[in-house]
Amino acid sequence: MAAANATRNKVGTWIGFVVILVWCLLPVAWIVSLSFKGPGETASGSPQFLPKTWTLQNYRDILGFGTVTPGQENTHQDFLDALRNSFGIAAIATVLAVIFATLAAYAIARLEFKGKRLVLSLALAIAMFPVVALVGPLFDLWRTLHLFNTWPGLIIPYMSFTLPLAIWTLSAFFREIPWEMEQAAQVDGATSWQAFRKVIVPLAAPGVFTAAILTFFFAWNEFVLAISLTSTTASRTVPAQLSFFVGPDPFNPPYGLLAASSVVVTVPIIIIVLLFQRKIVAGLTSGAVKG
Amino acid sequence: MSTATATATATPPAGKARAKASDRSRAENRLGQKLVAPAVVVMLLVTAWPMIQAIYLSLFRYRLTTPDDKSFVGLSNYLTVLTDPLFWQDTLNTVIIMVVTVAVELVIGFAFAMVMHRIVFARGAIRTSILIPYGIITVVSAYAWQFAFSLNNGFVNAWFAWLPWISPETNWFGSHWPAMFAIMVSEIWKTTPFMALLLLAGLSQVSEDMIEAAEVDGATWWQRLWKVILPNMRAAIMVAVLFRALDAFRIFDNIFVMTRGAQDTESSSFLTYRQVIAQFQLGLGSALSVLLFLTVLLLAWLIVKLFRVDLAQARGEA
Repeated sequence: MAAANATRNKVGTWIGFVVILVWCLLPVAWIVSLSFKGPGETASGSPQFLPKTWTLQNYRDILGFGTVTPGQENTHQDFLDALRNSFGIAAIATVLAVIFATLAAYAIARLEFKGKRLVLSLALAIAMFPVVALVGPLFDLWRTLHLFNTWPGLIIPYMSFTLPLAIWTLSAFFREIPWEMEQAAQVDGATSWQAFRKVIVPLAAPGVFTAAILTFFFAWNEFVLAISLTSTTASRTVPAQLSFFVGPDPFNPPYGLLAASSVVVTVPIIIIVLLFQRKIVAGLTSGAVKG
Repeated sequence: MSTATATATATPPAGKARAKASDRSRAENRLGQKLVAPAVVVMLLVTAWPMIQAIYLSLFRYRLTTPDDKSFVGLSNYLTVLTDPLFWQDTLNTVIIMVVTVAVELVIGFAFAMVMHRIVFARGAIRTSILIPYGIITVVSAYAWQFAFSLNNGFVNAWFAWLPWISPETNWFGSHWPAMFAIMVSEIWKTTPFMALLLLAGLSQVSEDMIEAAEVDGATWWQRLWKVILPNMRAAIMVAVLFRALDAFRIFDNIFVMTRGAQDTESSSFLTYRQVIAQFQLGLGSALSVLLFLTVLLLAWLIVKLFRVDLAQARGEA
């Protein structure tokens, strides 16, 4: 009876394992397969999963190597610009947000000060904030301040919206740090600030790194502000650029091009996930459950 | 800014010890406020100020195309919005999407969490694959599913033609409900992993001893699930539902990419965006923004309230 139960559990876990893998990876496999279908194949309709003939043409068109399809001469320039903007904006927003969040989370986890509860409530409120509600006023404000269609115009709001997640994740990490070491440093004559910089920063680095990954994911993914606060490839990020990739015929979108671009922007995500999966899971759950 | 925040909050009196605050604790207080100040300023800069601006603008008739024609109209923008059937249609769509996706995600996410909790092999592989939908750009997910459901280039019709209501000619984006279905599939696919991870964290805090004790006492699998596991995960479930529901309520990317609001699939966010950015109706759009903000607040309050009531009931029963 017990043995039968154990076997059943084992089989169930195996089935569950396969279901999860298929669920998570099938759409990714689909978009990869689609990226190797030529424009001719998608134009005439190709409902089968795999390409009839595999071609690199879509990658040539978006990355601009080899012979580019006539009519797509500018596509790769726009795409590479958007890629540059995405990397730059996401990286800068991540670094700044993580610096501010580290300072704030240290204070929240470690120090007694007036207004702590207010800061936490503010972060919670902003995490739930409907971003689209800001689009109008920000659009107006950014035009007056000449921030419309610039990198800072996106970096500033990305910082604001990633700070809550970063603060939570980090304060959860910071609570786990052995604080006796900080006290020991203070006993030895270090000030609060020195204790923070010399003792806690090295201990906190893994948590900070996790917060940085989550922040980067947010900025890399963000779409509403990216389409509303930009107008050219001077600052348009990849998600926005992808949505403008419609091509001449709205009823026949450039499937292969979009799929190839999607694959290119997903590669960094997959690399990060492969390298840091354990950290990301820890960060996501610690911030939400304990924070 | 930090001093303003500090004076604005009344800290609960912590007895007499607080009264004779030493220099050390005063310094700590100042340092704490200094450290949170930059984060608070950045968060408020982009949310509080524009929100105040939105409340102000919502009282005006103001189109960016005719900026000189700005005139005070009181609450009439709100009246226009609230009497427009489109607003209610879009709100209904948003609520349907939110309720359906969160419910489905809760069930699938819990199943995934159970598998991940029990599994003893390939933990890294499963963690990696479950993080891919989480990390992937929503626009990419939307395209992947739009193409999967596409009439000429999608595999869904070909694979599921054996179902009575699907044929090779099924046009998913040709009418309301199939289009809503496709949008929800993309949303569910992308966000279930997040739900699963939060639930997994909750699941790992349920004591195995308690489950075993229930098993020894002859509780069936179903009873163990409903009477032992789920009640002990309530906090994790609440956090997951709260976060996902508010996130689902803001749905925008999937709709923008997959239908652009065609077939009456607009959400509240999409309507607000369209008024402001596409039609430059800043006055009317601001009224929509304020209403959206209030709805999200109400929703957050309702969910917290709902689960608190639940918790109190559970305690009463016990």
